[in-house]
Amino acid sequence: METSARFLPRSSVDSLFDAIRHEGFSRLVGPVVRDGAIVYREIASAADLPRGMRDRQAPGTYRLESQDDSVRTFSWANGPQALKPMTFAPREALWRCERDESGGLGFRDAAQEHEPTAVIGVRACDLAALQIQEQHFLKPPYPDPHYAARRSSLFLVAVHCSHPADTCFCASTGDGPRAESGYDLAMSELDEGFVVTGGTDRGRAVLASMGLDPASSLQQDKADREVEAAALGQGRSLPSRNLKDALYARLEHPHWDQVGRRCLSCGNCTAVCPTCFCHAEQDEPALTGETSEHLRQWDSCFTAVHSYMGHFLVREETRLRYRQWLTHKLASWHEQYGRSGCVGCGRCIAWCPVGIDITAEVAALMESGDAQS
Amino acid sequence: MHNPDRPVEVEVVERVAETPSIYTLHLRFTDPEVASAYRLLPGQYNMLYLYGVGEVPISIVSDPDHEGPLEHTIRSVGRVTEGMERLQVGDRMGLRGPYGRGWPLEEAEGRDVVIVTGGLGCAPVVSMIRYVLSRRERFGRLVILQGVKHTDDLIWRRQYERWQALPNTQVLLAADVGGPNWPFSVGKVTVLFNQANIDRDRSIVMLCGPEVMMKASIDRLLALNVPPESMWLSIERNMQCGIGHCGHCQVGPYFVCQDGPVFHYPALRPWLGVTGF
Ligand SMILES: Cc1cc2nc3c(=O)[nH]c(=O)nc-3n(C[C@H](O)[C@H](O)[C@H](O)COP(=O)(O)OP(=O)(O)OC[C@H]3O[C@@H](n4cnc5c(N)ncnc54)[C@H](O)[C@@H]3O)c2cc1C
Ligand code: SF4
Ligand code: SF4
Ligand code: FES
Repeated sequence: METSARFLPRSSVDSLFDAIRHEGFSRLVGPVVRDGAIVYREIASAADLPRGMRDRQAPGTYRLESQDDSVRTFSWANGPQALKPMTFAPREALWRCERDESGGLGFRDAAQEHEPTAVIGVRACDLAALQIQEQHFLKPPYPDPHYAARRSSLFLVAVHCSHPADTCFCASTGDGPRAESGYDLAMSELDEGFVVTGGTDRGRAVLASMGLDPASSLQQDKADREVEAAALGQGRSLPSRNLKDALYARLEHPHWDQVGRRCLSCGNCTAVCPTCFCHAEQDEPALTGETSEHLRQWDSCFTAVHSYMGHFLVREETRLRYRQWLTHKLASWHEQYGRSGCVGCGRCIAWCPVGIDITAEVAALMESGDAQS
Repeated sequence: MHNPDRPVEVEVVERVAETPSIYTLHLRFTDPEVASAYRLLPGQYNMLYLYGVGEVPISIVSDPDHEGPLEHTIRSVGRVTEGMERLQVGDRMGLRGPYGRGWPLEEAEGRDVVIVTGGLGCAPVVSMIRYVLSRRERFGRLVILQGVKHTDDLIWRRQYERWQALPNTQVLLAADVGGPNWPFSVGKVTVLFNQANIDRDRSIVMLCGPEVMMKASIDRLLALNVPPESMWLSIERNMQCGIGHCGHCQVGPYFVCQDGPVFHYPALRPWLGVTGF
């Protein structure tokens, strides 16, 4: 099947949505403005997309501005919601236990039917995070069917980033701003429309069914230049090397105390992070006493119960929780999954109520070579 | 795709009160097919489920070749374990497992097996002790060093006394606080190393208990020139899933639920005793 880039005029975006629906993905989810932020919600047509919306992000700050003269609908960087809740649900049942009159227990799988859904406007960092979460949840010997069922219900339409926020640093982690893989279709937005490429057979089938003209080399160059500029414009960065040994050598660094005094241990960073996978399990018995549902729910290494051991907490102090978070993301993740657990989305920076900045904390830790002082 | 989170039904077929707060449940699978497919290794654990309350990780003390019910010795400390204490013979619960890495059986063959345990962390090593005792010819000497807080914390006391009488077996006990009927040592388990007869070249050491105790014991063993490569230890962390998904049990790069609970000491050395991991 042919794979070359096609041009989708702005006026034909709804035809693309129809073609995706025709492929079997009846429900469309895309970026919309809710409560002052861009989040993913069900959409009906291109008219629901956030036209002319720009975001301003900084440590502890997120603000949307409307630019009336812009026709663009993807001139923003990621808001608080990642793709993550669509594959790893914030709260879901894993199984149900039924008790009969004689006390016998029957264990039943929770229902796993998810309406086939196309997600419009997925960003490169979230696709990278998706691959990381797949490694985690689908690893042998216990691949997670709940995750797998949600994942396989999704059709992903990426939009390469042209307008990164000040908090973004995906270029330094190697995860953006161009979406490299993991999508069915990928688009670059120009004023007049979109340059679209297929990433999977079903994505290419959708594209072929639309009979679009090839994108001109001028359009492709323009699209590429915008993404290149988006990479060059990023002011923040993490060192691109593996920080494992450097961080492990600094477990007693005084900076952990310093950041521990600022951190509120609220867990916002882990809630917005697209790679964090921690969750707690709990039972929820029905009032009738005949069934009980076993649920999992997002948890965070910033909560006290995360490390609860009955008579003590492994991480009582905030500095120890922050150190767990940072060393998990940037050090032990390499050992677990062969790469860092940070995709540079910058969410933890913008959504931290006190503006703690992972890139700045790493820089402060690395600055002093005198690790054990 | 099979749902690895879902337990199967088991029935309590025997219940033994070991002390006022410690009890042993003998559990039988109600589905014979599940029972015949179940294989365990000493040092592994199951996730036990109490209806409507939740799941907890509990070590398996049964012998891997024993065909009967699975034994779990449990201390009542909170919601799930206190609820399980009220279960009676005939009651049903849920079980999934076995999970994790057990003791290094192959490495131990032909060597002296030295068991160091403290507090109530003895369940994981009891399975190993029983394993050695019922295959006596395949191992060298068996040395057991056990420390407890109070003299009445020692469950399986009669068992220990029986083991003490066996040939080729040395059992040394210490309690932090002695008592009138306590014929053994007083102090931490580390006081026992002077009396223990440990051949540093022939021994494989297996530790289980509070991490400070294990760390102090390892320091003593290193001072006796026992090589780090000969030491293995079983640790505990908060566990919600047992299958490497929930993230609670992490210690540095490890998921204790799957990479442990038994670790080779050299692999755990950088993390042992580091507060916060
Ligand atoms: C690998 C392993 C083997 C174990 N083997 C045994 C055993 O053979 N016998 C025994 O009595 N106990 C054992 N424990 C400890 C036992 O799991 C806890 O005592 C139990 O989880 C407490 O649950 P609770 O709901 O009664 O207590 P609560 O205090 O109400 O605990 C609430 C929850 O916190 C978690 N939690 C609390 N304490 C621990 C802990 N020490 N370890 C792990 N999770 C904890 C559990 O998810 C628990 O449901 C083992 C723990 C691990 C990790
Ligand atoms: S650690 Fe922060 S910047 Fe990195 S992926 Fe998570 S939320 Fe994004
Ligand atoms: S331990 Fe912390 S940083 Fe690591 S996945 Fe869990 S919540 Fe995220
Ligand atoms: S207990 Fe859930 S990851 Fe180990």
